[in-house]
Amino acid sequence: MRLCKVYEMATTPAMLSDRGPATGAGPGYHWPDANGHFGPYGGLFVPETLMYPLEELRAAYERYLADPEFLAELDADLQDYVGRPSPIYHAVRWSRDLGGAQIYLKREDLNHTGAHKINNTVGQALLARRMGKTRIIAETGAGQHGVASATVAARLGLECVVYMGEVDVARQEANVYRMRLLGARVVSVKSGSRTLKDALNEAMRDWVTNVDDTFYIIGTVAGPHPYPAMVRDFQAVIGREARAQMLARTGRLPDALVACVGGGSNAIGLFYPFIEDAGVALYGIEAAGDGLETGRHAAPLNAGRPGVLHGNRTYLMEDANGQIIETHSVSAGLDYPGVGPEHAWLKDTGRARYDAITDAEALAAFHTLTRTEGIIPALESSHALAYAAKLAPTMGGDQTILVNLSGRGDKDMHTVAKHEGLVL
Amino acid sequence: MSRIATRFASLKGRGRTALIPFVTAGDPQPATTVPLMHAMVAAGADLIELGVPFSDPMADGPVIQRASERALAQGVSLHDVLGIVRAFRADDPDTPVVLMGYLNPIEVMGYEPFAAAAQAAGVDGALVVDVPPEEGHDLVAALRGHGLDLVYLLAPTSTDARIRRIGEVASGFVYYVSVKGVTGSASLDTDAVAARVDTIKSLIPLPVGVGFGIKDADTAARVAAVADAVIVGSALVSRIEELGTTPELIPGVIGDFLATLRVAIDAADAG
Ligand SMILES: Cc1ncc(COP(=O)(O)O)c(C=O)c1O
Repeated sequence: MRLCKVYEMATTPAMLSDRGPATGAGPGYHWPDANGHFGPYGGLFVPETLMYPLEELRAAYERYLADPEFLAELDADLQDYVGRPSPIYHAVRWSRDLGGAQIYLKREDLNHTGAHKINNTVGQALLARRMGKTRIIAETGAGQHGVASATVAARLGLECVVYMGEVDVARQEANVYRMRLLGARVVSVKSGSRTLKDALNEAMRDWVTNVDDTFYIIGTVAGPHPYPAMVRDFQAVIGREARAQMLARTGRLPDALVACVGGGSNAIGLFYPFIEDAGVALYGIEAAGDGLETGRHAAPLNAGRPGVLHGNRTYLMEDANGQIIETHSVSAGLDYPGVGPEHAWLKDTGRARYDAITDAEALAAFHTLTRTEGIIPALESSHALAYAAKLAPTMGGDQTILVNLSGRGDKDMHTVAKHEGLVL
Repeated sequence: MSRIATRFASLKGRGRTALIPFVTAGDPQPATTVPLMHAMVAAGADLIELGVPFSDPMADGPVIQRASERALAQGVSLHDVLGIVRAFRADDPDTPVVLMGYLNPIEVMGYEPFAAAAQAAGVDGALVVDVPPEEGHDLVAALRGHGLDLVYLLAPTSTDARIRRIGEVASGFVYYVSVKGVTGSASLDTDAVAARVDTIKSLIPLPVGVGFGIKDADTAARVAAVADAVIVGSALVSRIEELGTTPELIPGVIGDFLATLRVAIDAADAG
C-alpha cells in the first residue's frame, strides 16, 4: 500500500523527485479543474491584457512540471542551493511542558534566506528562464518573498523589481536592505492601505505594462490561475518530505498538521500531500490581530466572506459595499485581506479547519519556543506554534502534531523589541 | 435595440465618430457628477462611461486610482453610483451610460439585483475590467435579462481566437485598449492601433472604441480616423483632480476641454 511504500523512503534528494502520479495529492483529489477553479473559488479574474501572458504561463507550467529534465534541475537547486530536505525536529522539552501530543517542527526556517518562500521562487525563476523572460517582478509583505525573489534573480542574472507597501518598508527595514544588496530595486507602494495587497496591485500594473519580457513571481497561492496551483506544486515539497520523514521517524503519519495562513502557501505546501490521508487533521491558522471581535485582524476564512480580488474568487475581508478593508497583524507576512482559493475550498468541504491566533498569543509563543528549544521563529510561524500549544494538551502523549516552522525570526527582531518597549 | 446600439447606429448614419468621456462617479464629491455629466453631453459627448470606485483598481494608473480614493473617502458606493445615474436620467433620456469598474462590488450586491437596479436607474451597460468571458457567463446572463450590454476590453495581446470569442459575448461596443499598460499610460502609436482596429473589425461586427493614452485634440483626431469611438479618461480625471478645492468649476472646465476634442474629431470625420 501507498503508506508502506513511502515508509521505506529515506530523506535523500531522490525523494524530492518522487512526486507520484502527476503532482497530485492522490488519486481522488483533482483540484483545480481545467479553468483553475477549486469548487466555486479560484479562476481567472483579470483584465484582458493579462489573459495572454497567463495562458502562456499556464502552458509553460504544465509542460515543465511534467518534464523530467526541468524537475531534475529544480531538485538539484532545492538540494544544493536551498539546502533541502529540511529536517523535522522533535521539540521534546516544549512537548513535555505542554503535556500532551508530541510536537514536531518542519524546519523551513533552515532554508537559504530563512523561510519556505524560496522553494517557490527557485521554481518560478527556473520557469522564467525557460520562457526566455529577462525581468522578474514580485510583491512582498514581510520582505521574505522579496528577498527570496531577489536572491534567485541575482543568481540567474535577471533584473528584479520588488513592490512593497510603504507601511511594510518601514517595519521590515532589514529585508529592504537585503533586497537592495542583492541588486533588486525596491519600489515603495503608496497607494491604498500601503501594505501587501497594494504591492500586489502595483506588481500587476507593472506586469500589464511589461508583459513581453517580464515574469511575475507571485509569492503565495493567490492570484489568477495558474498561480494558486503552480505555487502549491512548488511548495508541496514541504509536505512530501514531511510525510516520508514522519513515517521514517515515528512509523506512522502525524495526527495533526498546523500551519499559519497568510496567502496560504506554506500551509498548502504542507497539507497537499496529506489531503487524502483522512486520519490527518489539517489546521490552518490565520492572524486574529487584536482579536476577531475587534475587526482588527487578517482572518478572511474565519471572519470574511467570498468575493473577487487579485484575479480569483476566495474569502475576503471587505465592507458591506465590497470594498476591501485594511487588515491588521503583528506579522507583515499574514497581513493580507484575501487567502488562496484552495483554502477557501478546503474550508467549505470541511477537509481543513481554520482558526485564528491573536498578536499577543503569537508573541507569547515566539518567546516560549525561543526559550524552550533555542529556535527563534518568524512571527508568522509563531501563529501556528501558538495554536499547536493549545491543541497539544487536548491530545494524548502518543499522538503527534507536525507544525510548519515556515521561517526564522531574524527579520522580526525590531518588531518584537518594540513590543517590549525597546529600540534596537 | 439598446440605447447604445441605437446611438452608434445614428452616429454611423451621420458619419460621426463617438466621443466617450470617462469620469469616476463621486469624484471629488457626489454632488459634482450629475452636473458634470450634463456638461459633457452639452460639449459633444455621445456616451458616458462612469467609473465605479473600488479599493483595489488593479488596471488603473495613479490618476484614476486617486480618483477612486477620493470618491471612496466620500463613502461613494455602487448603490450611490446608481443613484447618480438615476438623477442624470431624469433630465437626459437619450445619452447612454456605461458603468466601468471591478467585479467585487457587483458580487456583493448580487448579479441579478445589480442588473435589476441598474436597469431601473437607467444604466445601459457595464464594463467589468476583471471579468474576462471565461468568468462572465452568469454576469452576461443577468445583464442580458435586464436589457443591459456587457462591454468587453480587447488588448494588444488578444489573439484572433480571443477576439472572436469576446465578439460572441460582448454587446453594445468593444473597447480596444490601445497600449499595454494601465489607464493613463504613455501615448499610443496610431499606426499600430489602426492595424489592430482593422483586424478587430474583420473579426467581429460591433463598433470599436479606442482608449488609453488619448490626451489631447491631436491624439483624439488621429484615433477618430480609425475607430468608431474615442474614449478619454485620465486626461479628464487629472483636470478634475486639479480642481479638487473648487469643484463648482469642474463642469465648465471639463466641458471646454471636451469641446476641443469634439472639434478635432469632427474635423477628422469631415476630412
Ligand atoms: C515566514 C513566513 N511564514 C508565512 C508567511 C505567510 O505566507 P503564506 O501564507 O503564503 O505561507 C510568510 C509571508 O511572508 C512568511 O514570511
